[in-house]
Amino acid sequence: MSIASSHPQVRLGAARASGRSLCSHCALPVPDGLVREGGAEQFCCHGCEAAYRVIDSCGLREYYRLLERSGGEVGPAKETGRGYSEYDDPTFHALYCRVLAGGLSSTELLLEGVHCAACVWLVEKLPRVVPGVVEARLDLRRAAVTVVFDPSRVALSRVVRTLDTLGYPAHPARGMGGDRAREARRREDRRMLVKTAVAGACAGNIMLLYFALYAGMFEGIEPGIERMFRWAAMGLNAVCLAWPGMVFARSALAAIRTRTVHLDVPIAMGLYLGGAWGTWKTVSGGTGVGDIYFDSISTLVFFLLIGRFVQQRQQRSASDALELLFSLTPAVARRVGEDGAVTEVPTEALSTGEVVEVRAGDSVPVDGVIESGRTSIDASMLTGESRPVRAEMGERVAAGTVNLASTIRVRTEATGEGTRIGRLMRMVEEASRRRAAIVRLADRWGKWLLWVLLALAGVTLGIWWRDGVHVAVDRAVALLIATCPCGLGLATPLAMTVAIGRAARRGILIKGGDAIQTLAGPGAAGTVVLDKTGTLTMGRLSVVWWRGAEWARGLVAAVEAGSSHPAGRAMARDLAGPGMDATVAMEVVQHAGRAGTGIEGVVNGRRVVVGTLALMRSRWVEVGAEMDRGGREALLDALSPVYCAVEGRCVAVAALGDAERPEAAAAIDQIRARGWKVRVLSGDHPDVVSATARRLGLGSEDCFAGVSPEEKLDFVRSLAERERVVMVGDGVNDAAALAAATVGVAVRGGAEASLAAADVSLGREGLGPLVELLEGSRRTMRAIHWTIATSLGYNVVAAALSMAGLISPLWAAIIMPASSFTVVAICLRTGAFRGPVNGGVRP
Amino acid sequence: MSVLYVMVPVALVIAAGAVVAFIRAARAGQFDDLETPAYRMLPDDDGARRKG
Repeated sequence: MSIASSHPQVRLGAARASGRSLCSHCALPVPDGLVREGGAEQFCCHGCEAAYRVIDSCGLREYYRLLERSGGEVGPAKETGRGYSEYDDPTFHALYCRVLAGGLSSTELLLEGVHCAACVWLVEKLPRVVPGVVEARLDLRRAAVTVVFDPSRVALSRVVRTLDTLGYPAHPARGMGGDRAREARRREDRRMLVKTAVAGACAGNIMLLYFALYAGMFEGIEPGIERMFRWAAMGLNAVCLAWPGMVFARSALAAIRTRTVHLDVPIAMGLYLGGAWGTWKTVSGGTGVGDIYFDSISTLVFFLLIGRFVQQRQQRSASDALELLFSLTPAVARRVGEDGAVTEVPTEALSTGEVVEVRAGDSVPVDGVIESGRTSIDASMLTGESRPVRAEMGERVAAGTVNLASTIRVRTEATGEGTRIGRLMRMVEEASRRRAAIVRLADRWGKWLLWVLLALAGVTLGIWWRDGVHVAVDRAVALLIATCPCGLGLATPLAMTVAIGRAARRGILIKGGDAIQTLAGPGAAGTVVLDKTGTLTMGRLSVVWWRGAEWARGLVAAVEAGSSHPAGRAMARDLAGPGMDATVAMEVVQHAGRAGTGIEGVVNGRRVVVGTLALMRSRWVEVGAEMDRGGREALLDALSPVYCAVEGRCVAVAALGDAERPEAAAAIDQIRARGWKVRVLSGDHPDVVSATARRLGLGSEDCFAGVSPEEKLDFVRSLAERERVVMVGDGVNDAAALAAATVGVAVRGGAEASLAAADVSLGREGLGPLVELLEGSRRTMRAIHWTIATSLGYNVVAAALSMAGLISPLWAAIIMPASSFTVVAICLRTGAFRGPVNGGVRP
Repeated sequence: MSVLYVMVPVALVIAAGAVVAFIRAARAGQFDDLETPAYRMLPDDDGARRKG
């Protein structure tokens, strides 16, 4: 994630030049109201200040230097302010802590927000920040930290609260299917690594022995020594085939049993027939037995296992991302018994119909209906909307959301995997398990490759039959080994892994190879659906111009000061400028936000209504000709008109707008040049959308305005039935549409849930990364096609040579690694996801 | 050249020893996390050594 332009220190420098203050912690601009005159340290929010104080007081300022050096980027420290009291509960300790020798305990926590070297450094400095913590070790890939602490000196809740202050909200590591499943996965990974290593050791040692044998072919070799070398090679090869090689034997046998021939069948056939024939010749023959291919066979096993290992790790990292999501729901719930007594139970023990108590600051453990109490809920994890939502009796709350205000009781409707978050995770997990179609393509070829190889082997037998059975079988076995589709098996996983790894370093997180394949195809039958706000535009509203009574500015700002709607916030910010001190004295007596239409209130005894024309009409506000003209002018300018009425008369019109991103037009041209159709879906006013589209060179028929999230989903779903759809959204309400699209692309800052639902998430703002993604995918697929063609080319040459009887173990030992190395070289040399980071879009 | 009859088996035994050592390391979890250590070799100001 080396993003030079968003570098904190770079940003800091740029801001100093422009005279703006930046947060000392996260380097984002500090809102004007919070700037401390003359202060060396500036903070954009309370969370950042708290984090900075902790880091500073423990002498860990080095963190900011490391952050700068590693090119990492820290977001605002969003301290959740939770108490985390459940971490001190004996039930919790029994479930998630391990007791170590010497009275120490160890627990594993999953952290949100760790992503770079500086994070590793800071988290592992935990013993210095919290006395009583003995050791903290972070696994960056899983975002999991193992904390060893002394329970008699420090409470676990304090450790977790400190992590929270630093901007890393923690969750107990529960993983999919619990501890045992994770342990099983880990053991599987280790077994694969061991197998690969054993195959490598066998292959290397056999190669050494064969060097001597090949030298002996030219220089002469003592028969006894030759025999010993052959036996040693045979033994090593037997180990190789009986242990690591069994991966392919088992897979091939399973395939034959279910009559679904894939690539492993011809591979296993070549390996085991070759091994058996070589062993028989070694045992029976003595010296001068002719061609034996132990070196090629073991090298094949080694290379193929590398491909498998790489593929397995890639799939693993996709499912690791889910682990954190799963841990967002709390582990311990407070069950309210029949008699009203509250007992703490593991969440897994809850069943439908039971009532749980959720205290302020805790996460809701189940999906359910509020039985008693009213509160506000932070549902940002599901919806991406950081604004708390009010929740009253009888309303539904979802597992994983955070109860902010006061204690509520919830009647359970669904637990665990049945909850909304659970279903979402299962959906995402299934999607990540889906293998890339191109890998399946190689498997399909495996079928006819098997028959072609068998036919060729038969022909070879026929050709050489007159020279004796021994020679004929020798030639046929040589053919099967030399044409073993090694490169084919290695090519796709390797190319995909290289591409995904490189893309990740550029802030583009791709979950699976099939996204790359879909994105790479020629665009004749594909559509890119873009969200307008935040994707095409800057995503930030501001008051562009104000027409009408100047004295009304202060009144409007006062009313909007309480609004959390983006338009309201923009107006409160832009209208209450210097010289507007009068607003301070004003008092909003009555205040009623009207979602999506406007706001009204009483300021200094005067009734103020601010909002759409429809709101004006419904409030019997008289809109004069001049104001009406102002509103229409705003629409012509592609700005949203906001009418401001005082005491029943419209006195001013504010034009609110959202500017296009500078690179948007060029990016759209480049997306179109690749053959994709571009559509814009927006919930905004039709005229605003079409005016924006006009400026970006899009026809009005390509734009759909006033679309609700449900309509977005329907639109994407119906389009996806006919063609490939790439949906790009900021994820606030787009999670469903992202999941329905052929490829969902979530843009930075989206909800945790939408990031999980999307196939790709872009870590940088704007359309540049999207163009990069399309171009990178195209190059990756071209590289894959090249590798497949190359390895097939090598196989054709090898087949021709062996049928002509020209191949020898020495030639096979040269041709086959050459084919694999060519494949690796092509994969590493592709231009996919390379070059300067902002090179995706030519301005 | 008859020394080879001893040397080749000895070499193979040494190789087997290396493989066994690797397997033990892998089973102990030393290769579970191949990413974080790359980020860990940053300067340690106080020279505190971590236990493996």
